[in-house]
Amino acid sequence: MTGEFVAFFILSLLTIGGAVFMISFTRVVHMVISLGITFISIAGLFVLVGADFVGVAQVLVYSGAISILMLFGIMLTKHDANDEGTGRTWKNRFILLFVAGVFGLLFWGVQNTPWPAPPAPVASPVDNAKEIGLEVFTKYVIPFELLSVLLLVALIGAIIMAKKEGDNE
Amino acid sequence: MTVSITSYLMVALILFCVGLYGALTKRNAVVVLLSIELMLNAVNINLVAFSKFGLYPAVAGQIFTLFTMTVAAAEVALGLAILIALYRNKATVNVDEMDQMKR
Repeated sequence: MTGEFVAFFILSLLTIGGAVFMISFTRVVHMVISLGITFISIAGLFVLVGADFVGVAQVLVYSGAISILMLFGIMLTKHDANDEGTGRTWKNRFILLFVAGVFGLLFWGVQNTPWPAPPAPVASPVDNAKEIGLEVFTKYVIPFELLSVLLLVALIGAIIMAKKEGDNE
Repeated sequence: MTVSITSYLMVALILFCVGLYGALTKRNAVVVLLSIELMLNAVNINLVAFSKFGLYPAVAGQIFTLFTMTVAAAEVALGLAILIALYRNKATVNVDEMDQMKR
């Protein structure tokens, strides 16, 4: 029972618990809050693996931006929306069977694959953020720039989509 | 008792399956988008786990995760914009009633 194991246990329990509560809640706002817990726990898992920068980015982008954006989406559509899953039980049961099949297949795959022995922890000469920065701006600089174009297109596209039709100024 | 790669893959697998179930059964479009985010997060966990425990540990997995996050943010922004435009026209967020292209 090392500290890493305890931290992993608690964080993964919070992650899965948040996701399961997200499925079982009926009010949409509660679902978003529960998913926020999941996102923050996933950031904790990232820090546990040693990916500090990705963990911070997870907190900023997911539990910050995306949760708030989802709340805006709920407020702008139906204020007290309930998500009732009634009336389609046979279909839900079929989907449950399908998802259980996918789970079983992937479980079998994960358990039966000979994973390599965990390599000896190499002390990186630079810290995590600097390492990522060096790699992004040398090896992955073209995808990085393409990603900025994608974000610009998404920004303009979202504004045009959500704009009221008819006003042209 | 140490944490192996299998544990991380298991957490990601459970998260992915929960997200898949939610995306297929939920009827509110906002919740469907949330479930898709959950599935993308499961993939992110896998990538970060492989960047440390994989056969060739490299920082590339973390960079891929950053790219996935960016694409997911763009996706959710566009998805909500489409949802709001649709809500303005049809006054519903129920995915069962979004069947204009079937008729």
